[in-house]
Amino acid sequence: MMKFTLAWLKEHLDTDHSLGELADKLTMIGLEVERIEDKAKLYAPFVIARVADAKQHPNADRLRVCMVDTGSGDPIQVVCGAPNARAGMKGVFVPPGAYIPGKDMTLQVGTIRGVESRGMLVSEFELQLSDDHEGIIELPDDAPVGKSFAHYAGIDDPVIEINLTPNRSDCTAVHGIARDLSAADMGVFKDSAIQAVRGEFPCPVAVKIEAPELCPAFALRLIRGVKNGPSPDWLQRRLTAIGLRPINALVDVTNFITYDRGRPLHVFDAAKVRGNLTVRRARAGETLTALDGKTYALDDMVCVIADEAGVESLSGIMGGEPTGCSEATTDVLIESALWEPKNISQSGRKLGINSDARYRFERGVDPAFMLPALELASQMVLDLCGGTPSQNTVAGSAEAPEPVIDFPVSELKRLAGLTVPLPEMRRVLERLGFFVAGQGERVKVAVPSWRPDVQGKADVVEEVVRIVGVDHVPLTPFDRGEAPRKPVLTPIQTRTRKAKRALAARDLIEAVTWSFVPHRQAELFGGGKSELVLANPIAAELSDMRPSLIPGLVAAAQRNADRGFADVALFEVGQVFCGDAPGDQFTAATGIRRALAKPNGIGRHWQKRDGAVDAFDAKADALAALVAAGAPASALQIASGAPGWFHPGRSGTIQIGPQNVLGHFGELHPRTLEALDADGPLVAFEVILERIPEQKKKPTRAKAALDLSPFQPVERDFAFVVEQSVKAADLVRAAQGADRKLIAGVTVFDVYEGKGIEPGKKSIAIAVTIQPRDRTMTDAEIEALAAKIVGEVGKRTGGVLRG
Amino acid sequence: MPDTAQLELELLRDIAAARDEASLEAVRVAALGKNGSITALLKTLGTLQPEERKAQGPSINGLKDRVNAALAARRDEFKSATLEARLNTEGVDVTLPVRETAAEIGRVHPITQVIDELTTIFADMGFAVAEGPDIETDDYNFTKLNFPQDHPAREMQDTFFFNPKPDGSRLLLRTHTSPVQVRTMLSQKPPIRVICPGRTYRCDSDQTHTPMFHQVEGVVIDKGSHLGHLKWILAEFCKAFFEVDHVNMRFRPSFFPFTEPSLEVDIQCRRDKGEIRFGEGDDWLEILGCGMVHPNVLKNCGLDPDAYQGFAWGMGIDRIAMLKYGMADLRAFFEADVRWLSHYGFRPLDLPTLAGGLSS
Repeated sequence: MMKFTLAWLKEHLDTDHSLGELADKLTMIGLEVERIEDKAKLYAPFVIARVADAKQHPNADRLRVCMVDTGSGDPIQVVCGAPNARAGMKGVFVPPGAYIPGKDMTLQVGTIRGVESRGMLVSEFELQLSDDHEGIIELPDDAPVGKSFAHYAGIDDPVIEINLTPNRSDCTAVHGIARDLSAADMGVFKDSAIQAVRGEFPCPVAVKIEAPELCPAFALRLIRGVKNGPSPDWLQRRLTAIGLRPINALVDVTNFITYDRGRPLHVFDAAKVRGNLTVRRARAGETLTALDGKTYALDDMVCVIADEAGVESLSGIMGGEPTGCSEATTDVLIESALWEPKNISQSGRKLGINSDARYRFERGVDPAFMLPALELASQMVLDLCGGTPSQNTVAGSAEAPEPVIDFPVSELKRLAGLTVPLPEMRRVLERLGFFVAGQGERVKVAVPSWRPDVQGKADVVEEVVRIVGVDHVPLTPFDRGEAPRKPVLTPIQTRTRKAKRALAARDLIEAVTWSFVPHRQAELFGGGKSELVLANPIAAELSDMRPSLIPGLVAAAQRNADRGFADVALFEVGQVFCGDAPGDQFTAATGIRRALAKPNGIGRHWQKRDGAVDAFDAKADALAALVAAGAPASALQIASGAPGWFHPGRSGTIQIGPQNVLGHFGELHPRTLEALDADGPLVAFEVILERIPEQKKKPTRAKAALDLSPFQPVERDFAFVVEQSVKAADLVRAAQGADRKLIAGVTVFDVYEGKGIEPGKKSIAIAVTIQPRDRTMTDAEIEALAAKIVGEVGKRTGGVLRG
Repeated sequence: MPDTAQLELELLRDIAAARDEASLEAVRVAALGKNGSITALLKTLGTLQPEERKAQGPSINGLKDRVNAALAARRDEFKSATLEARLNTEGVDVTLPVRETAAEIGRVHPITQVIDELTTIFADMGFAVAEGPDIETDDYNFTKLNFPQDHPAREMQDTFFFNPKPDGSRLLLRTHTSPVQVRTMLSQKPPIRVICPGRTYRCDSDQTHTPMFHQVEGVVIDKGSHLGHLKWILAEFCKAFFEVDHVNMRFRPSFFPFTEPSLEVDIQCRRDKGEIRFGEGDDWLEILGCGMVHPNVLKNCGLDPDAYQGFAWGMGIDRIAMLKYGMADLRAFFEADVRWLSHYGFRPLDLPTLAGGLSS
């Protein structure tokens, strides 16, 4: 965030444009105005007033009843507790109904100990000007009664806050912002040259750079015999307006230049510095108490400025408390140095310090401004505090390469679709501080030292486009060309899309749950690998990449149940992770049903159906998702059992051969529910869409020819008694196998155990559809086929016809 | 000769008098049974002389036919009456409620619907859909996208990291869908026109930020696409997506490491009690970031920035869903509250199409 005031901007920009116009333009050239704090509006109700009369409050020793002349109408009665409230003084009055920023409240008419008070005489605290709430503000006798206090005191300057992008280090300065505005024709940039201060003696403190990779250059000057103290009002107001606390003149000068020029500096109290200065990496074990009062443990990543007694300053981040300047400082060392941006960023992050200096150095300050900044600061110190300046001492070199970009003028049209005549392009760039050499089709563009972000042709295009205005880039229709109109989804996207719609069509509601689950839940569902644990989770329960969508959906179902919605059917189609490689991420289609959320109707109904959800509901959902996503229905096999989070006896696996497991379904294991803090009955399925075999691409969209038999099909029913362990699927397959050509279908229409059936056995009734192919079958042929069915079933399952 | 007229009269009277099937059957047996009156008459025909038979035959047979017809008619009457009586006992209370259709209860999430909507719009403009993994390398998520190491730009995005590998590298959760851009450029030859919708992650949580959210990236790489085309595509998209005739857009210069020039796009709207109207009012709402693909990104992906060029944009799917359909709180997207899902979700058969409308 970069903050400044309108008056401050006008120190650098001669402009007649209104605040609104300036703000709009800032946003449109890439300096997005986040907020404008219009202080004139905030302080409008606060007026200068005279206390005409002050009497002792009849019921309170410490209170006075004042009659206040606000310049209009009759004097107003105000009860005031300030010790300095007295007749004849001038102060600041605010009427009822006004907002008091220091107290974050709206003032009301009050009755204080039986006396009505119709307003307030305010202290600096109530105006948020300082922490002083001992007494009310006292103004000189010549203060004009009835006029705006803010205007009188010069605190009505609007504050502009810019959401600065990290590339624009030059606009961490009011000066730089003014330059951009002037390039955009919003005024004349005031860029007066900085005069060097003549040193009267050599700087007695020498500087040695032991870590040139972290500090290319370092400049220092001593000013002797300064008189430090509070800085003048104008300077304090500048700083206060943008939320900085004035400290003393020497410190305030550095803070001012930080914002005014984007150039952080540091001041040392020379009396507290022992001997010469060395710029070096910190040594492990060294510590420094910085100006924020906190003590930091350092290591060799951090660059420091040390004197002969030890570390004095965290380079480019924050100064140290022991050598800080106080009102007692008489000799001051002013530092202006260059620091390596990456190291500042790393060190700042490691130490946890976000300072105005770090903010600028890590974005890159103007290397060419190192010495001018020192001169500017020296002059300000001399102006405010007096003293005698030394000569500068400079270690290292602040010389930076001045990049020149070979720029074909056509590049603007090529990348931006914008046509700007060369003179206009040149005018824009030169106002931004670039130098453009040459005419014709290619020009040379020299980049100013304060724009490290401009490195190539595209950057130059951006400069011209943003200043000329993106609005001038004409909308250009984008021809879709002659590319064939083919489906644009990948196979997995198509599967995802179809599975989602198919599940929603079965009454399930799609949820989107976090990709993260708690570690113990990840483990419970076969995950929990260390490579899938986040190093910095946002919360302890969002720690692991999920191996399954079931825990998230179960938690969601439980939350709904806790809100009174017990019968929920939810699904999600989303990513699951079984490792951290791209190939370890799969797309699961997962659904759960809770309580009475049956596929044929949710909840209780007068047409009673089968009660609670069961494994077959989950099986039907799973198959529906798979088939919709393109799985070959006839190739899907069901095997008993599923991973441990399912009920061992009421769960199944869907596979195409034992090698390709597509997914599982069933009731959740009671222990799983307990571990998830959830109540059943709850059934779930999870299928992996990547496991569906890819269908062969066909050269034509035509479907296979329809093969209808002219002969009537015959249906025969059989009931077999089998051992309880026999699977229905095996029995069906056995019957089917009796004659693959003639038997068109086998369905199970009844399963029975109980009275009439031997214990340990069950009866499975099937209907077999026989479809004659080339002629009507005789009774004898049908009987023969029936006998073959009975024989096959007997052979493969031990089943005998029920008597 | 027998009096057939008299007999007919009596039989028809008896038929009419029969009260039920049984008494009707008794009449039939009395007339046409083995010993019935008409049967008896028919038997007499055989004993008659031919002339007489000629005279009597038609008369007796006529009698038989008429009686049979009368019997059948009476029987039909009984059948109708029985049916009537049965139907009268078979009423149901048709006001009892039926089960709601599954397809009316089920919902797809607004995110799914919006992804389908924008896919439809961009497919029509010639874009294909690409995808990439959620767990990414630092190289694809940052370095190839021109984020310098330790540059503050990396801190614009609060990244979820995994623990470092033995070689010091560490994987992360992609902070944007832009790594799919990189994967696409590395695996396909230009011209490239793709959109990349997907899940993205940042360590952030409040009313408008969740640690997981959805983005759609668009990228075009060829030999002539420029900012003007980008503006046109985004304007066309906004009109189609928000289903309005006109959208006012504002393109503001901005900064992203992977584009140059970079722009942020605001759309004009009016906000009124939670309702948003586009194309009017004086609020500007930021909806996406975009720009020309940075030459360094092209180089990092093996393309010559002097020969190839293009643009990219990225926008929050959840955000544009909120804008279009009026949800107030992003967090609710991931809470799986069935009341919210039923209200803001879409019916499974409401597939967005350009012909039939995206949302209707």
